[in-house]
Amino acid sequence: MDELGLLFNGFAVALQPQNILLMVVGIVLGVIIGVLPGLGGANGVAILLPLTFSLPPVSAIILLSCIYWGALFGGAITSILFNIPGEPWSVATTFDGYPMAQQGRAGEALTAAFTSSFVGAFFAIVVITFVAPAVAGFALKFGPPEFFAVMFLSFASFVGLSKSSPTKTLAAMLLGFLLAAVGMDTVTGQMRLTFGSVELMRGFDFLVAVIGLFGISEILLSIEEGLAFKGRDARLRLNVVLKTWAELPRYWLISLRSSLIGCWMGITPAGATPASFMSYGVAKKLSKDGADFGKGRIEGVIAPETAAHAAGTSALLPMLALGVPGSPTAAVLLGGLMMWGLQPGPMLFVEQKDFVWGLIASMYLGNIAGLIIVLACVPFFAAILRVPFSIIASVILVVCAVGAFTVHNAAFDIVLMLVFGVIGYVMKKLDYPLAPLVLALVLGDRTEQAFRQSLLMSQGDLGVFWSNGLVATIMAAGIALLLWPLVNGAYQALGTLARPKVTNAP
Amino acid sequence: MSGHLPSAPDGGLSRHGVEIVTAAAIAAVGAVALWDSRRIGAGWGADGPQSGYFPFWIALFLLGVALAILVEALRGPKSDEAFLTRKQLRLVLSVLLPTVVYVAMIAPLGIYIPSALLVTWFMARLGGYAWTTGLAVGAAVSVACFVTFEFWFLVPLPKGPVEAGLGF
Repeated sequence: MDELGLLFNGFAVALQPQNILLMVVGIVLGVIIGVLPGLGGANGVAILLPLTFSLPPVSAIILLSCIYWGALFGGAITSILFNIPGEPWSVATTFDGYPMAQQGRAGEALTAAFTSSFVGAFFAIVVITFVAPAVAGFALKFGPPEFFAVMFLSFASFVGLSKSSPTKTLAAMLLGFLLAAVGMDTVTGQMRLTFGSVELMRGFDFLVAVIGLFGISEILLSIEEGLAFKGRDARLRLNVVLKTWAELPRYWLISLRSSLIGCWMGITPAGATPASFMSYGVAKKLSKDGADFGKGRIEGVIAPETAAHAAGTSALLPMLALGVPGSPTAAVLLGGLMMWGLQPGPMLFVEQKDFVWGLIASMYLGNIAGLIIVLACVPFFAAILRVPFSIIASVILVVCAVGAFTVHNAAFDIVLMLVFGVIGYVMKKLDYPLAPLVLALVLGDRTEQAFRQSLLMSQGDLGVFWSNGLVATIMAAGIALLLWPLVNGAYQALGTLARPKVTNAP
Repeated sequence: MSGHLPSAPDGGLSRHGVEIVTAAAIAAVGAVALWDSRRIGAGWGADGPQSGYFPFWIALFLLGVALAILVEALRGPKSDEAFLTRKQLRLVLSVLLPTVVYVAMIAPLGIYIPSALLVTWFMARLGGYAWTTGLAVGAAVSVACFVTFEFWFLVPLPKGPVEAGLGF
């Protein structure tokens, strides 16, 4: 139980007054970011990242990770009260949450959502506490071929597990790798893909890309829906909270199952959004009242919220232990680590004990603080959406521009942000997933380095990726995931041939 | 994504057309990257893989995948589904065009005055507020930004001739 001792040291770090204050500020900011359309976990963190340079790394990551927890909580508020998912992972929450609000059970739905989020997150943090150090310890033995194999596996699992078309997932990912290659080659110092442009020599910063891809594009998407938000009453009475809490233990099985689904989907970089849909689908399929889902069942709120929060939280496990983030927001946090001069990966657990355990302890505290803050302040957060869209949208655009500028103090980055915004908008509308692009952009250089070092070790022989049991197993798993859509497609095609023609739902 | 855009029956954009243009654009990116990687050397140098080695293979795969999407889109049924209806297109442009102007104004004018103007424009044109109300809110947003970044965070943002005239 080495972990427990280290965890207590972590609590000592996290409980410093400055860090507690940052935690609360982070949660409140995060919920606001989660409530507003156009600002999400990933780009909210990206915008604020450059402002944290003056803080010590552990305080900075506490602030930023708490923004992430807050955003996870906040998405549920708008889903339930306004039928507008503030975040993609809360789309599934609207299915039953909004009908509940229409029936006057908004308080019940909100309490269930927040509490489930908390349960899912808590489960994931316990997993992180005990599994991450073991994974990191194991990964200390990794050489460049193994690291390349792990990255290959995580990118392959995007293709295998994503709901989008495999070709579009691949295209987005490869585009990300190419964007990462722009600029100076860190090994030889040669300029790549810059075409003589001085501005491109710096390369594309993923923060600028994230702000455009997730921020600007979101504004453009939400304007399509028209401009007005119509919401339900948002008061949350204590007796409703207590009554719902008394009811929740009955659904322990759904919570446990959703937590497991969430953790699995978060550690493999499928992410919170598919996790919430999958968990909702499984709950609906396994419930004997499955047909009533979508009409205001409380299970329909518990299942996606638990899974989304478990996935969002456990996405930090591979980020901490291996340096391979499990979600776009985790990728932005990883970028933060590199900017603060920390080397992500298994060595973090050896060299930066205070940092890692301070962060893990802050996850426990941050989620408890988050639950209290959202339960107490729902009406305030819901009121934000009553501010007219014309004001919210323009202020968010200004905030995005400022955020993009502060990354490198470069005005050209604001132009890039806008270009990425339009690209992200078109990609989203055509169902190209954005997460693989962002992850590839963040990890591109490190993936390439691992690849080149491996080839150097083997004098150019690709056999190095099959040279021992460990690396061969990881590579084989990756290739299996990569080919999974093909196998699945062939299987389904066989099924349709064998069976008489049945009209399938799209 | 410039040039002539494919139009849908009601004058908006058809999804089918945008799908094809996008796939073609991605393929073009792949082709250009392929060419550039070849130019700087995509083989095995004296000291290991050359700079273009990794991007070369990525670009090659990207080109292949983009062509697959393109073929899929060209061969697939040509549905009438709209990428954007005419009405949606107008709404999106009503946000996008002022934003483009805003970004273009930052270089000569700094960030504060264009920001105030952007908020004003949005409120007056999209929100139906009086111009004076918009201007007041816009100015307030800019001043709040100025105080937050220049004094509190000590992060200097782009400033133009007006700020210079005021002594900053």
